[in-house]
Amino acid sequence: MLKSLKIAVITIALSIIGLSANAATLDDVQARGELNCVVTTGLAGFAAPDENGRWDGFDVDFCRAVAAAVLGDGEKVKFVPSTGKTRFTLLNSGEGDILFRNTTETMSRDADLKLTFLPINYYDGQGFLIRKAMGISSASELNGASVCIQTGTTTELNLADYFRANGMSYEPVNIETNEEGIANYSGNRCDVYTTDASGLASTRAALDDPSAHTILPEIISKEPLGGAVRHGDDQWADIGKWVVNAIISAEELGVSSANVGELCAAAGDNPSINRLCGTEGDAGSWIGLDSKWAVRAIEQVGNYGEIFERHIGPNTPLALERGLNAQWTDGGILYAAPIR
Amino acid sequence: MEQSAYKPGEHPNLPPPSNTVGPIAWVRANLLSSPTNIVLTVLSVWFLYEIIPATLEWAFLDAAFTGESRDECRAKAGGACWAFIGERFNLFTYGFYPADERWRIDLTFVLLCVALLPVLWDRCPFRKYGLYFACAFPFVAGWLLLGGFGLTPVGTDEFGGFMLTLVIGVTGITFSLPIGIILALGRQSDMLIVRVFSIWFIEFFRGVPLITLLFVASTMLNYFLPAGTTFDLLLRVLIMVTLFASAYMAEVIRGGLQALPRGQYEAADSMGLKYWTSMRLIILPQALKISIPGIVNTFIGLYKDTTLVIIIGLLDPLGVGRSSLADTKWTGLSNEMYLFVAIFFFISCFGMSRYSLYLEKKLATGYER
Repeated sequence: MLKSLKIAVITIALSIIGLSANAATLDDVQARGELNCVVTTGLAGFAAPDENGRWDGFDVDFCRAVAAAVLGDGEKVKFVPSTGKTRFTLLNSGEGDILFRNTTETMSRDADLKLTFLPINYYDGQGFLIRKAMGISSASELNGASVCIQTGTTTELNLADYFRANGMSYEPVNIETNEEGIANYSGNRCDVYTTDASGLASTRAALDDPSAHTILPEIISKEPLGGAVRHGDDQWADIGKWVVNAIISAEELGVSSANVGELCAAAGDNPSINRLCGTEGDAGSWIGLDSKWAVRAIEQVGNYGEIFERHIGPNTPLALERGLNAQWTDGGILYAAPIR
Repeated sequence: MEQSAYKPGEHPNLPPPSNTVGPIAWVRANLLSSPTNIVLTVLSVWFLYEIIPATLEWAFLDAAFTGESRDECRAKAGGACWAFIGERFNLFTYGFYPADERWRIDLTFVLLCVALLPVLWDRCPFRKYGLYFACAFPFVAGWLLLGGFGLTPVGTDEFGGFMLTLVIGVTGITFSLPIGIILALGRQSDMLIVRVFSIWFIEFFRGVPLITLLFVASTMLNYFLPAGTTFDLLLRVLIMVTLFASAYMAEVIRGGLQALPRGQYEAADSMGLKYWTSMRLIILPQALKISIPGIVNTFIGLYKDTTLVIIIGLLDPLGVGRSSLADTKWTGLSNEMYLFVAIFFFISCFGMSRYSLYLEKKLATGYER
């Protein structure tokens, strides 16, 4: 009796926790057939569900690109929405395999929170949105202003640094999400809204009368935004890193979702394109994937330029210019390491 | 001459004096009876005059009900943009549930109503069979929502919107009441271990904020469990919400138990009834009746607390709304979204509140004055 009870207890315990070896993330993802990607709960242009519940946006497309490379299908992504505070815990606890959540790369996050950052996919900087009626033309005149600020973000720290360095004081109005920021700012509960300049552009566009608001010229911080994975699985980090590099390189090499099938059908004259296509060398096998990993990613979501144009470029409501995010050949600082 | 024409006892009932009946008298008695009341009435009328026309104007008269984006709404009307809610209605209702399978949620909802009817209404026809069905309902609902056994499986990560609120709310309410009763009885038990366990359980879950419990459920648990463990997130949330509500429920019911006169317990004992029989037949029916307002209070609190799941990345109606506002087509329409979600919660909570009143009236035997 006691023995059978013991066996029953062990069986139940094992079936609850699921017997699983400490496998590599790549194997886990492929066994599961789904990539768990940590995204924001909603930021215009970067990640938001459409009316059918399908996630869409700049960050979302990078998730899909990784899924396309690893699983062959960019739709096989489970999105894990997170707030600024919960994102790293979700990644580190294993709820997410990879994170694309307009996240600034910093030393403390990289080393102290034990993350491995993927190449930067968006160069941003922190700015200030104010009402024109305030009659202010520079951030140095903001002494004593109340500022809406998202908690748990680098912008919170930058803001404190900037005001301290300039000997000014401010009154923080703490908020949790960008949407809350818009509501608080438009409800006059703060004089200033500060976040990354890309976010400010979309916030301003969402206000009732955008022309009554202006973004101050000062950019007070560097915000290199990129994806991240947790420490401890270098192969998985390499996959993330090289998928991002492949997306950026594709634009530089003129490979897009429209012509990737044609260019990659057979080895051509350009060795760089051939290596990207997997028709020359075996780059895929170095990261544990097949030779068509990059082709699938580009086919299904497009190259960097296409992703940018689709979600945040000049023809979208956000109307962001490429600026720093142009290829290095066009005066920007996007400079992907070569695939070879 | 007419005055004296009636014989004693045959005087007809005369109408009341005209200044004590009718609308004018009502206004004088209720609105203008004293200087303070006059001031309050004037202020209230002015307040309503300021609020109501502006609200009607915004919500209906100057509102746009169709349109493809916020800009189209703005071009048509200056008020609310209900087209946003219209386009997102399915997302608000079904969350991320696959479109082809949404009939399963509709069916589950209908069955929920069928199962609730005999539970809530004691004169329901075929009540006995209805109660059998109500007991089977959680399994039927689980099968319909999750799939398997012939239906396409759907992961709980695709749950969202009102449907998620109902799943968490109904599960929490259904299980927290019995667990709460057990804990309340346990806390009064003479058995040391049972009593100590109940007290610790109740004090622990009442002493920790729900947000903390949810956070532990969603992230910390993975640190403690072996790597690679998959333990469904929604299931963890359901367990935490239920335990949290049970602790509160236990204290509410303990209040009811303590309100009973000592004589009731002694009477039950002197009848020779065993513990469970006396509880079932004598103590609990009275204690629960006294506790109804507190119990429903806890239910409503639990139901509204379900919105906290946004912290751990589950998208309830508020979460869906916030994410929808991040769609570049619709950004900035937070008033419409919050109003819509508020109406949903009001209907649910007001319904529960009215039902508890009905139940109190029905069970009020003897104490009514």
